[in-house]
Amino acid sequence: MAKSYYDPADLRKFGKITEWSEELGNKFFDYYGKVFEEGALSAREKSLIALAVSHVVKCPYCIDAYTKDGLQRGITKEEMMEAVHAGAAIESGATLVHGVQMMNKYDKLSM
Amino acid sequence: MTQSILTDLKKAAKKSLKAQKDALANTQTQLEVLNGGLFADGELPYFKDKIAETGQFPLRPKKLEVLQINVGYMCNQVCGHCHVDAGPDRKEIMTRETMEQCLEVIRNTGAHTLDLTGGAPEMNPDFRWFVEEASEAGIKDFIVRSNLTIILANKKYNGLPEFFKKHNVHVVSSMPHYTRGKTDKQRGDGVFDKSIKALQMLNEVGYGMPDSDLRLDLVYNPSGAFLPADQAAMEHDFKKALKADFDIDFHNLFAITNLPISRFLDYLIASDNYEDYMYSLVEAYNPAAVKNVMCTNTISVSWDGWLYDCDFNQMLDLKVASKVKHIKDYNDDVLSNRDIVVSQHCYGCTAGAGSSCQGSVA
Repeated sequence: MAKSYYDPADLRKFGKITEWSEELGNKFFDYYGKVFEEGALSAREKSLIALAVSHVVKCPYCIDAYTKDGLQRGITKEEMMEAVHAGAAIESGATLVHGVQMMNKYDKLSM
Repeated sequence: MTQSILTDLKKAAKKSLKAQKDALANTQTQLEVLNGGLFADGELPYFKDKIAETGQFPLRPKKLEVLQINVGYMCNQVCGHCHVDAGPDRKEIMTRETMEQCLEVIRNTGAHTLDLTGGAPEMNPDFRWFVEEASEAGIKDFIVRSNLTIILANKKYNGLPEFFKKHNVHVVSSMPHYTRGKTDKQRGDGVFDKSIKALQMLNEVGYGMPDSDLRLDLVYNPSGAFLPADQAAMEHDFKKALKADFDIDFHNLFAITNLPISRFLDYLIASDNYEDYMYSLVEAYNPAAVKNVMCTNTISVSWDGWLYDCDFNQMLDLKVASKVKHIKDYNDDVLSNRDIVVSQHCYGCTAGAGSSCQGSVA
Protein backbone atom coordinates (compact mmCIF):
# COMPACT_ATOMS: atom_id res chain seq x y z
CA MET A 1 0.00 0.00 0.00
CA ALA A 2 1.12 3.52 -0.73
CA LYS A 3 2.10 5.63 2.23
CA SER A 4 0.12 8.62 1.04
CA TYR A 5 -3.55 8.91 0.14
CA TYR A 6 -2.85 10.75 -3.10
CA ASP A 7 -0.33 9.61 -5.72
CA PRO A 8 -0.15 11.73 -8.92
CA ALA A 9 0.50 8.55 -10.94
CA ASP A 10 -2.94 7.24 -9.87
CA LEU A 11 -4.64 9.75 -12.16
CA ARG A 12 -3.41 7.72 -15.16
CA LYS A 13 -5.22 4.70 -13.70
CA PHE A 14 -8.61 6.42 -13.45
CA GLY A 15 -9.96 4.35 -16.33
CA LYS A 16 -9.29 1.18 -14.37
CA ILE A 17 -12.32 1.78 -12.12
CA THR A 18 -14.27 0.17 -14.95
CA GLU A 19 -12.52 -3.14 -14.26
CA TRP A 20 -14.47 -3.67 -11.04
CA SER A 21 -17.79 -2.48 -12.37
CA GLU A 22 -17.83 -2.40 -16.11
CA GLU A 23 -21.38 -1.23 -16.70
CA LEU A 24 -21.36 1.64 -14.23
CA GLY A 25 -17.80 2.60 -15.12
CA ASN A 26 -18.59 2.76 -18.83
CA LYS A 27 -21.81 4.68 -18.20
CA PHE A 28 -19.87 7.20 -16.13
CA PHE A 29 -17.11 7.70 -18.72
CA ASP A 30 -19.62 8.00 -21.57
CA TYR A 31 -21.52 10.62 -19.58
CA TYR A 32 -18.29 12.41 -18.62
CA GLY A 33 -17.09 12.52 -22.22
CA LYS A 34 -20.44 13.80 -23.45
CA VAL A 35 -20.61 16.55 -20.82
CA PHE A 36 -17.35 18.09 -22.00
CA GLU A 37 -18.16 18.12 -25.71
CA GLU A 38 -18.89 21.39 -27.48
CA GLY A 39 -22.50 22.33 -26.75
CA ALA A 40 -24.43 25.44 -25.78
CA LEU A 41 -21.27 26.10 -23.77
CA SER A 42 -17.92 25.78 -25.49
CA ALA A 43 -15.52 23.04 -24.41
CA ARG A 44 -13.22 25.88 -23.36
CA GLU A 45 -15.84 27.38 -21.03
CA LYS A 46 -16.58 23.98 -19.56
CA SER A 47 -12.89 23.42 -18.92
CA LEU A 48 -12.82 26.59 -16.80
CA ILE A 49 -15.95 25.54 -14.89
CA ALA A 50 -14.34 22.15 -14.25
CA LEU A 51 -11.21 23.87 -12.96
CA ALA A 52 -13.22 26.01 -10.54
CA VAL A 53 -15.20 23.01 -9.28
CA SER A 54 -11.98 20.99 -8.93
CA HIS A 55 -10.81 23.56 -6.40
CA VAL A 56 -14.10 23.71 -4.56
CA VAL A 57 -14.23 19.94 -4.16
CA LYS A 58 -10.48 20.03 -3.43
CA CYS A 59 -9.61 17.20 -5.79
CA PRO A 60 -5.86 17.22 -6.52
CA TYR A 61 -6.28 14.86 -9.48
CA CYS A 62 -8.89 17.16 -11.02
CA ILE A 63 -6.74 20.24 -10.43
CA ASP A 64 -3.80 18.59 -12.23
CA ALA A 65 -6.05 17.43 -15.05
CA TYR A 66 -7.85 20.72 -15.66
CA THR A 67 -4.76 22.90 -15.31
CA LYS A 68 -3.19 20.81 -18.06
CA ASP A 69 -6.42 20.87 -20.06
CA GLY A 70 -6.50 24.66 -19.77
CA LEU A 71 -2.89 24.98 -20.93
CA GLN A 72 -3.68 22.75 -23.90
CA ARG A 73 -6.60 24.94 -24.83
CA GLY A 74 -4.48 28.09 -24.62
CA ILE A 75 -6.39 29.34 -21.57
CA THR A 76 -4.30 31.99 -19.84
CA LYS A 77 -3.27 31.83 -16.20
CA GLU A 78 -5.28 35.01 -15.53
CA GLU A 79 -8.42 33.25 -16.80
CA MET A 80 -7.62 30.18 -14.72
CA MET A 81 -7.14 32.18 -11.53
CA GLU A 82 -10.35 34.12 -12.11
CA ALA A 83 -12.19 30.81 -12.43
CA VAL A 84 -10.68 29.63 -9.14
CA HIS A 85 -11.82 32.87 -7.48
CA ALA A 86 -15.33 32.39 -8.85
CA GLY A 87 -15.39 28.96 -7.21
CA ALA A 88 -13.87 30.29 -3.99
CA ALA A 89 -16.35 33.19 -3.84
CA ILE A 90 -19.29 30.82 -4.09
CA GLU A 91 -17.75 28.54 -1.50
CA SER A 92 -17.11 31.37 0.99
CA GLY A 93 -20.50 32.89 0.14
CA ALA A 94 -22.09 29.56 0.94
CA THR A 95 -20.46 29.70 4.36
CA LEU A 96 -21.35 33.31 4.99
CA VAL A 97 -24.96 33.07 3.89
CA HIS A 98 -25.40 30.64 6.80
CA GLY A 99 -24.62 33.66 8.94
CA VAL A 100 -28.24 34.65 8.35
CA GLN A 101 -29.34 31.38 9.97
CA MET A 102 -27.09 32.20 12.91
CA MET A 103 -28.58 35.68 13.15
CA ASN A 104 -32.14 34.30 12.95
CA LYS A 105 -31.45 31.72 15.64
CA TYR A 106 -29.69 34.30 17.82
CA ASP A 107 -32.63 36.67 17.54
CA LYS A 108 -35.16 33.90 18.22
CA LEU A 109 -33.37 32.76 21.31
CA SER A 110 -32.77 36.23 22.66
CA MET A 111 -35.29 38.25 24.63
CA MET B 1 9.40 22.29 -10.64
CA THR B 2 11.91 23.61 -8.17
CA GLN B 3 13.31 27.09 -8.48
CA SER B 4 16.83 25.77 -8.98
CA ILE B 5 15.82 23.71 -12.01
CA LEU B 6 14.09 26.75 -13.44
CA THR B 7 17.23 28.81 -12.92
CA ASP B 8 19.38 26.11 -14.50
CA LEU B 9 17.09 25.87 -17.50
CA LYS B 10 17.12 29.64 -17.90
CA LYS B 11 20.91 29.76 -17.79
CA ALA B 12 21.12 26.84 -20.17
CA ALA B 13 18.82 28.64 -22.58
CA LYS B 14 21.70 30.83 -23.75
CA LYS B 15 23.62 27.91 -25.26
CA SER B 16 22.85 24.76 -27.21
CA LEU B 17 23.11 21.41 -25.44
CA LYS B 18 26.02 20.68 -27.76
CA ALA B 19 27.93 23.77 -26.60
CA GLN B 20 27.21 22.83 -22.99
CA LYS B 21 28.57 19.33 -23.70
CA ASP B 22 25.32 18.01 -22.23
CA ALA B 23 24.92 14.21 -22.34
CA LEU B 24 21.64 14.65 -24.26
CA ALA B 25 23.47 16.36 -27.12
CA ASN B 26 24.49 12.80 -28.00
CA THR B 27 21.75 11.17 -30.11
CA GLN B 28 22.61 7.72 -28.70
CA THR B 29 21.85 8.96 -25.19
CA GLN B 30 18.50 10.32 -26.39
CA LEU B 31 17.64 7.02 -28.05
CA GLU B 32 18.55 5.14 -24.88
CA VAL B 33 16.06 7.30 -22.96
CA LEU B 34 13.38 6.77 -25.61
CA ASN B 35 13.91 3.01 -25.78
CA GLY B 36 14.39 2.47 -22.05
CA GLY B 37 12.37 3.30 -18.92
CA LEU B 38 8.62 3.01 -19.32
CA PHE B 39 8.94 1.21 -22.63
CA ALA B 40 11.60 -1.30 -21.63
CA ASP B 41 9.58 -2.02 -18.46
CA GLY B 42 6.54 -2.83 -20.55
CA GLU B 43 4.45 -0.08 -18.91
CA LEU B 44 3.93 1.52 -22.31
CA PRO B 45 4.05 -0.21 -25.72
CA TYR B 46 6.85 0.44 -28.20
CA PHE B 47 5.67 2.51 -31.16
CA LYS B 48 6.30 -0.30 -33.64
CA ASP B 49 4.11 -2.65 -31.58
CA LYS B 50 1.38 -0.04 -31.28
CA ILE B 51 1.14 0.55 -35.03
CA ALA B 52 1.38 -3.21 -35.63
CA GLU B 53 -1.97 -3.54 -33.79
CA THR B 54 -3.65 -1.97 -36.82
CA GLY B 55 -1.36 -3.63 -39.37
CA GLN B 56 0.60 -0.43 -40.03
CA PHE B 57 4.09 -1.75 -39.26
CA PRO B 58 6.42 -1.36 -41.04
CA LEU B 59 5.49 2.17 -42.08
CA ARG B 60 6.03 2.63 -45.80
CA PRO B 61 6.37 5.80 -47.84
CA LYS B 62 3.70 6.95 -50.28
CA LYS B 63 4.40 9.25 -53.21
CA LEU B 64 7.01 11.90 -52.37
CA GLU B 65 5.28 15.25 -51.96
CA VAL B 66 7.55 17.30 -49.71
CA LEU B 67 11.28 17.79 -49.87
CA GLN B 68 12.37 19.39 -46.62
CA ILE B 69 15.88 20.78 -46.54
CA ASN B 70 17.63 21.84 -43.38
CA VAL B 71 20.18 24.43 -44.49
CA GLY B 72 21.92 24.65 -41.11
CA TYR B 73 21.52 24.55 -37.36
CA MET B 74 22.68 28.11 -36.70
CA CYS B 75 19.95 30.30 -35.23
CA ASN B 76 19.70 33.72 -33.57
CA GLN B 77 17.44 32.20 -30.90
CA VAL B 78 17.88 29.38 -28.36
CA CYS B 79 14.31 28.20 -27.76
CA GLY B 80 13.65 25.90 -24.82
CA HIS B 81 11.67 23.40 -26.88
CA CYS B 82 13.92 23.26 -29.97
CA HIS B 83 14.28 19.72 -31.36
CA VAL B 84 17.21 20.86 -33.50
CA ASP B 85 19.24 22.16 -30.52
CA ALA B 86 19.81 25.19 -32.74
CA GLY B 87 21.52 28.37 -31.61
CA PRO B 88 24.16 30.98 -32.43
CA ASP B 89 26.88 28.53 -31.40
CA ARG B 90 25.93 25.87 -33.97
CA LYS B 91 28.29 25.92 -36.95
CA GLU B 92 26.66 23.23 -39.11
CA ILE B 93 25.81 25.11 -42.31
CA MET B 94 24.93 23.69 -45.73
CA THR B 95 27.56 24.47 -48.35
CA ARG B 96 26.78 25.72 -51.84
CA GLU B 97 28.03 22.40 -53.20
CA THR B 98 25.38 20.48 -51.22
CA MET B 99 22.78 23.09 -52.23
CA GLU B 100 23.64 22.41 -55.87
CA GLN B 101 23.06 18.70 -55.28
CA CYS B 102 19.69 19.59 -53.71
CA LEU B 103 18.78 21.81 -56.68
CA GLU B 104 19.47 18.93 -59.03
CA VAL B 105 16.93 16.85 -57.10
CA ILE B 106 14.42 19.72 -56.81
CA ARG B 107 14.46 20.17 -60.59
CA ASN B 108 13.80 16.49 -61.23
CA THR B 109 11.58 15.35 -58.40
CA GLY B 110 7.80 15.15 -58.54
CA ALA B 111 7.48 16.73 -55.08
CA HIS B 112 5.06 19.67 -55.08
CA THR B 113 6.46 21.28 -51.91
CA LEU B 114 9.93 22.50 -51.06
CA ASP B 115 10.34 23.30 -47.38
CA LEU B 116 13.45 25.14 -46.15
CA THR B 117 14.17 24.99 -42.46
CA GLY B 118 17.00 25.30 -39.95
CA GLY B 119 18.11 26.82 -37.49
CA ALA B 120 17.25 30.14 -38.98
CA PRO B 121 17.59 29.27 -42.68
CA GLU B 122 18.19 32.94 -43.50
CA MET B 123 21.51 32.80 -41.63
CA ASN B 124 23.05 30.49 -44.21
CA PRO B 125 25.33 32.81 -46.27
CA ASP B 126 24.03 31.22 -49.51
CA PHE B 127 20.37 31.36 -48.47
CA ARG B 128 19.33 34.07 -50.95
CA TRP B 129 21.19 32.45 -53.80
CA PHE B 130 19.54 29.13 -52.99
CA VAL B 131 16.05 30.65 -52.85
CA GLU B 132 16.60 32.42 -56.18
CA GLU B 133 17.74 29.21 -57.85
CA ALA B 134 15.09 27.01 -56.24
CA SER B 135 12.24 29.38 -57.09
CA GLU B 136 13.09 28.85 -60.78
CA ALA B 137 12.51 25.11 -60.46
CA GLY B 138 8.73 25.31 -60.82
CA ILE B 139 7.85 23.93 -57.40
CA LYS B 140 4.20 24.64 -56.52
CA ASP B 141 4.61 25.46 -52.85
CA PHE B 142 7.93 26.91 -51.71
CA ILE B 143 8.05 27.22 -47.91
CA VAL B 144 10.62 29.02 -45.79
CA ARG B 145 10.31 28.43 -42.04
CA SER B 146 11.22 31.76 -40.53
CA ASN B 147 11.45 32.43 -36.82
CA LEU B 148 10.34 36.07 -37.45
CA THR B 149 12.87 37.72 -35.12
CA ILE B 150 15.63 37.15 -37.70
CA ILE B 151 13.98 39.85 -39.83
CA LEU B 152 14.84 42.38 -37.10
CA ALA B 153 18.08 40.78 -35.90
CA ASN B 154 20.31 42.72 -38.25
CA LYS B 155 19.90 45.37 -40.96
CA LYS B 156 20.88 42.87 -43.64
CA TYR B 157 17.75 40.85 -42.85
CA ASN B 158 15.29 43.79 -42.79
CA GLY B 159 14.54 43.34 -46.49
CA LEU B 160 13.49 39.70 -46.12
CA PRO B 161 9.72 40.37 -46.46
CA GLU B 162 10.32 42.00 -49.88
CA PHE B 163 12.73 39.22 -50.84
CA PHE B 164 10.20 36.55 -49.90
CA LYS B 165 7.52 38.37 -51.85
CA LYS B 166 9.71 38.65 -54.95
CA HIS B 167 10.18 34.89 -55.02
CA ASN B 168 6.61 34.05 -54.00
CA VAL B 169 7.85 32.23 -50.90
CA HIS B 170 5.26 30.77 -48.54
CA VAL B 171 6.30 31.98 -45.07
CA VAL B 172 5.67 29.68 -42.12
CA SER B 173 6.53 31.25 -38.79
CA SER B 174 6.64 30.14 -35.19
CA MET B 175 4.40 31.92 -32.72
CA PRO B 176 3.88 29.99 -29.48
CA HIS B 177 1.15 32.22 -28.11
CA TYR B 178 -0.63 35.49 -28.63
CA THR B 179 0.47 36.75 -25.23
CA ARG B 180 3.91 38.10 -24.38
CA GLY B 181 4.59 35.99 -21.26
CA LYS B 182 4.20 32.58 -22.82
CA THR B 183 6.10 33.48 -25.97
CA ASP B 184 9.12 34.94 -24.16
CA LYS B 185 9.27 32.04 -21.71
CA GLN B 186 9.63 29.52 -24.51
CA ARG B 187 11.67 31.54 -26.99
CA GLY B 188 13.52 34.14 -24.93
CA ASP B 189 13.02 37.68 -23.62
CA GLY B 190 11.90 40.20 -26.21
CA VAL B 191 10.94 37.56 -28.79
CA PHE B 192 7.24 38.41 -28.59
CA ASP B 193 7.62 42.11 -29.41
CA LYS B 194 10.03 41.39 -32.26
CA SER B 195 7.76 38.67 -33.66
CA ILE B 196 4.80 41.07 -33.62
CA LYS B 197 6.84 43.72 -35.42
CA ALA B 198 8.03 41.16 -38.01
CA LEU B 199 4.46 39.97 -38.64
CA GLN B 200 3.37 43.57 -39.18
CA MET B 201 6.23 44.02 -41.67
CA LEU B 202 5.09 40.89 -43.52
CA ASN B 203 1.50 42.17 -43.54
CA GLU B 204 2.70 45.51 -44.93
CA VAL B 205 4.07 43.88 -48.08
CA GLY B 206 0.89 41.84 -48.46
CA TYR B 207 1.66 38.61 -46.61
CA GLY B 208 -1.18 36.96 -44.74
CA MET B 209 -3.91 39.34 -45.90
CA PRO B 210 -7.31 37.65 -46.40
CA ASP B 211 -7.30 37.61 -50.22
CA SER B 212 -3.56 37.59 -50.71
CA ASP B 213 -1.70 34.82 -52.54
CA LEU B 214 1.31 35.60 -50.37
CA ARG B 215 0.86 32.83 -47.82
CA LEU B 216 1.67 33.49 -44.19
CA ASP B 217 0.98 30.65 -41.77
CA LEU B 218 1.86 30.43 -38.11
CA VAL B 219 3.12 27.47 -36.15
CA TYR B 220 1.93 26.94 -32.60
CA ASN B 221 3.98 24.71 -30.29
CA PRO B 222 2.77 24.26 -26.73
CA SER B 223 5.04 26.13 -24.32
CA GLY B 224 5.41 23.28 -21.86
CA ALA B 225 4.73 19.63 -21.12
CA PHE B 226 1.26 19.43 -22.66
CA LEU B 227 -0.25 18.64 -26.04
CA PRO B 228 -1.78 21.15 -28.43
CA ALA B 229 -5.56 21.54 -28.42
CA ASP B 230 -7.77 21.45 -31.47
CA GLN B 231 -6.03 23.33 -34.29
CA ALA B 232 -9.15 25.11 -35.54
CA ALA B 233 -10.04 26.38 -32.06
CA MET B 234 -6.48 27.61 -31.52
CA GLU B 235 -6.49 29.31 -34.91
CA HIS B 236 -9.70 31.09 -34.00
CA ASP B 237 -8.24 32.34 -30.71
CA PHE B 238 -4.95 33.43 -32.34
CA LYS B 239 -6.73 35.28 -35.15
CA LYS B 240 -9.06 37.09 -32.80
CA ALA B 241 -6.31 38.17 -30.40
CA LEU B 242 -3.66 39.13 -32.97
CA LYS B 243 -6.20 41.16 -34.97
CA ALA B 244 -7.66 42.94 -31.95
CA ASP B 245 -4.37 43.66 -30.18
CA PHE B 246 -1.95 44.21 -33.07
CA ASP B 247 -4.00 44.40 -36.29
CA ILE B 248 -2.16 41.33 -37.61
CA ASP B 249 -3.56 39.02 -40.30
CA PHE B 250 -2.38 35.53 -41.16
CA HIS B 251 -3.80 32.57 -43.05
CA ASN B 252 -3.58 29.31 -41.13
CA LEU B 253 -2.29 28.11 -37.80
CA PHE B 254 -0.45 24.78 -37.66
CA ALA B 255 -0.61 23.19 -34.22
CA ILE B 256 2.52 21.04 -33.80
CA THR B 257 3.15 18.67 -30.92
CA ASN B 258 6.56 18.95 -29.27
CA LEU B 259 8.47 15.71 -29.77
CA PRO B 260 10.50 14.33 -26.87
CA ILE B 261 13.92 14.87 -28.39
CA SER B 262 16.87 17.19 -27.88
CA ARG B 263 16.15 20.32 -25.82
CA PHE B 264 12.50 19.46 -25.25
CA LEU B 265 13.53 16.04 -23.94
CA ASP B 266 16.06 17.76 -21.70
CA TYR B 267 13.32 20.04 -20.37
CA LEU B 268 10.93 17.12 -19.79
CA ILE B 269 13.52 15.22 -17.79
CA ALA B 270 14.76 18.24 -15.81
CA SER B 271 11.22 19.27 -14.88
CA ASP B 272 10.21 15.70 -13.97
CA ASN B 273 7.54 15.69 -16.68
CA TYR B 274 9.01 13.01 -18.97
CA GLU B 275 6.94 10.05 -17.81
CA ASP B 276 3.65 11.95 -17.71
CA TYR B 277 4.33 13.40 -21.14
CA MET B 278 5.01 9.98 -22.66
CA TYR B 279 1.83 8.67 -21.04
CA SER B 280 -0.11 11.60 -22.53
CA LEU B 281 1.29 10.90 -26.00
CA VAL B 282 0.52 7.19 -25.84
CA GLU B 283 -2.96 7.81 -24.39
CA ALA B 284 -3.71 10.24 -27.20
CA TYR B 285 -2.47 7.75 -29.84
CA ASN B 286 -4.75 7.89 -32.86
CA PRO B 287 -4.35 5.07 -35.40
CA ALA B 288 -6.11 7.23 -38.01
CA ALA B 289 -3.26 9.75 -37.79
CA VAL B 290 -0.68 7.07 -38.66
CA LYS B 291 -1.59 6.80 -42.32
CA ASN B 292 -0.93 10.51 -42.88
CA VAL B 293 2.19 11.10 -40.79
CA MET B 294 4.58 13.32 -42.67
CA CYS B 295 7.34 10.72 -43.00
CA THR B 296 5.08 8.94 -45.50
CA ASN B 297 5.29 11.78 -48.03
CA THR B 298 8.48 13.63 -47.04
CA ILE B 299 12.22 13.32 -47.37
CA SER B 300 14.33 15.41 -45.01
CA VAL B 301 17.82 16.49 -46.07
CA SER B 302 20.40 17.55 -43.50
CA TRP B 303 22.92 20.41 -43.84
CA ASP B 304 25.56 17.86 -44.92
CA GLY B 305 23.30 16.13 -47.44
CA TRP B 306 22.20 13.00 -45.56
CA LEU B 307 18.65 11.78 -46.05
CA TYR B 308 16.10 11.10 -43.32
CA ASP B 309 12.42 10.15 -43.06
CA CYS B 310 11.72 13.42 -41.24
CA ASP B 311 13.40 16.34 -39.50
CA PHE B 312 13.00 14.59 -36.13
CA ASN B 313 14.79 11.46 -37.32
CA GLN B 314 17.46 13.78 -38.66
CA MET B 315 18.02 15.20 -35.17
CA LEU B 316 18.29 11.66 -33.78
CA ASP B 317 20.66 10.78 -36.64
CA LEU B 318 18.37 7.95 -37.78
CA LYS B 319 19.20 7.94 -41.50
CA VAL B 320 16.84 6.43 -44.08
CA ALA B 321 16.90 2.63 -44.21
CA SER B 322 17.83 2.56 -47.88
CA LYS B 323 20.86 1.96 -50.06
CA VAL B 324 20.56 5.61 -51.03
CA LYS B 325 21.42 7.66 -47.98
CA HIS B 326 22.83 10.88 -49.42
CA ILE B 327 21.44 13.61 -51.67
CA LYS B 328 24.28 13.11 -54.14
CA ASP B 329 23.00 9.58 -54.84
CA TYR B 330 19.30 10.53 -54.72
CA ASN B 331 17.01 8.10 -56.48
CA ASP B 332 13.21 8.24 -56.14
CA ASP B 333 12.63 4.59 -57.00
CA VAL B 334 15.19 3.20 -54.58
CA LEU B 335 14.06 5.53 -51.77
CA SER B 336 10.36 4.80 -52.19
CA ASN B 337 11.14 1.14 -51.56
CA ARG B 338 12.19 1.58 -47.94
CA ASP B 339 10.76 1.03 -44.48
CA ILE B 340 10.43 4.17 -42.38
CA VAL B 341 12.60 4.22 -39.25
CA VAL B 342 10.51 4.64 -36.09
CA SER B 343 11.09 5.00 -32.37
CA GLN B 344 9.09 6.20 -29.38
CA HIS B 345 9.34 9.89 -30.37
CA CYS B 346 6.99 9.01 -33.24
CA TYR B 347 4.09 9.00 -30.76
CA GLY B 348 4.35 12.80 -30.99
CA CYS B 349 3.10 12.71 -34.59
CA THR B 350 0.20 10.32 -33.91
CA ALA B 351 -1.30 11.96 -30.81
CA GLY B 352 -4.83 13.33 -31.08
CA ALA B 353 -5.41 14.93 -34.45
CA GLY B 354 -1.84 14.02 -35.42
CA SER B 355 1.02 16.41 -35.97
CA SER B 356 3.26 17.29 -38.87
CA CYS B 357 5.21 20.29 -40.13
CA GLN B 358 1.90 21.27 -41.77
CA GLY B 359 -0.06 20.83 -38.53
CA SER B 360 -2.84 18.30 -37.89
CA VAL B 361 -3.12 15.30 -40.20
CA ALA B 362 -6.24 13.45 -39.01
